[in-house]
Amino acid sequence: MGEYLGTYAYFLGCITPNRYPGIEAATKKIFKEFGVETKDMQGAACCPAPGAFGSLDLHTWLPIAARNIAIAEEMDLDIYVTCNGCYGSLQEADHLMKEHPKVKEEANRILGKIGREYKGTTKIYHSIVLFHDLIGLDRIKEHVKIPMDGINVAEHYGCHFLKPSDVRGQGSSETPQQIKDLVEAVGAKAVDYKDKLMCCGAGGGVRSYDATTSLDWTRQKVVNAINEGADCMVHPCAFCHLQLDRGQSDMAKVLGVTNMLPIIFFSQFIGLAMGFNEKEVGLDIQKTKIPDKIRDKFNSG
Amino acid sequence: MGTLMEDVIDWGGEIFGREHMETIKACVQCGKCTGVCPGGRITALRTRKIFQMVQQDMREEIYKSPELWFCSTCYTCYERCPKGVKTTDLIRVIRNVASKDGYMHLQHKMVSMYVIKTGHTVPVKEEIGKMREELSKNVYPVDAIAPTVQRIPGVADKAGYPELTDKAEQMEELRTIFKETGHAKFVNFNWDKMDLDVSDEEMEAAGLKKKA
Repeated sequence: MGEYLGTYAYFLGCITPNRYPGIEAATKKIFKEFGVETKDMQGAACCPAPGAFGSLDLHTWLPIAARNIAIAEEMDLDIYVTCNGCYGSLQEADHLMKEHPKVKEEANRILGKIGREYKGTTKIYHSIVLFHDLIGLDRIKEHVKIPMDGINVAEHYGCHFLKPSDVRGQGSSETPQQIKDLVEAVGAKAVDYKDKLMCCGAGGGVRSYDATTSLDWTRQKVVNAINEGADCMVHPCAFCHLQLDRGQSDMAKVLGVTNMLPIIFFSQFIGLAMGFNEKEVGLDIQKTKIPDKIRDKFNSG
Repeated sequence: MGTLMEDVIDWGGEIFGREHMETIKACVQCGKCTGVCPGGRITALRTRKIFQMVQQDMREEIYKSPELWFCSTCYTCYERCPKGVKTTDLIRVIRNVASKDGYMHLQHKMVSMYVIKTGHTVPVKEEIGKMREELSKNVYPVDAIAPTVQRIPGVADKAGYPELTDKAEQMEELRTIFKETGHAKFVNFNWDKMDLDVSDEEMEAAGLKKKA
């Protein structure tokens, strides 16, 4: 166990706990290994989805997001998330209420009806930022037991972690490095591929509106990565995960595509390199499986 | 009723500030947004055209155009617009205004319905609890049903955990927000039935079968 690095409120969201709880359990476990304590945000709701719900009614989206942030403020903790959608909503709502006093006032008028208040005292972090900057690449390197050398990783950043970049403040949305840094810290190689920064195809309500179009979009992304020799795709977003992982099994049915690319949430990938097998990081319960090349490392070790 | 552009600036202005919304006036139809759009490659979505339709007050046409709903909100055009038009936020607001005026697809009303009923756009399912129990043994301890607003009668018990219904009060908070903003009204959510009021035409348009 590493030195204590702090305690953070976990905003669970929807897809992480209700579809890919392996992401939740593994992220808590790996954080703990590095001395980061986490506490679930009791009674939180959907963020709500910035693209899908935000396209319907931003005037309801905002107070719900404000309520979620207020829960962490009452815990007196900063927030972390495991989904770009959650990050998008909470970070954006926080930004808007800080920029525009009237927006904050209106949110608090509504929160007043339920006995809550948004103050603006809690910071909102994407979990990947805590891994990259709080834990840091050096500590991660020290914990590697099974180096991921020989593994070609296609990075997928998703959209709402980086963009809009003037609001998110995560650096360049055109040349992001966070996933590359993390996978290289554990010995893997990040491979470039066509349209690397392309969206997974699920956001903005497109997945619920037209599943076939949404899957065709995803197919392009996956095929481009496979064409460059990727063994797996590593990403920071539970919503993208749903689209890329379950989407590939749906594609087999809808589009007749059967070549599956393993999809791995970044903390689970780091967990594998720390010597936890696929079952110990919850990767055994999803549609796409870990690459044979990684499984062989465990078998030969 | 004012022009569509005025509606967009009014509605979005209360969230993003009016200046942010007024960037739509700077669009000169250069087409960069359309060139970089991943959705535009495989659908009829032409972002440039949507802004032109707003500038020309083509309210009816834009409300009825399926392509308005093919934007995945990836923000690529927002990042690259040479005129600083806040494209993706504008698209979200145009969709809001269409929704408010009654042009919302059933698939999207269902997104709202799930949040009102369960607190989540993606509700818990029966097999998830078992999966979480396994993860607690193999990976790290997690509650059988995550401790969000979803732990209420009618949701947690259906997922097989009737003892995990300790969040009724928190769910009431969420529903109060929906009532306060009037959102439930514009998706036709019926609080007595705790379900959407759906017309046959809507069901058909969404390719769904009529409920028995």
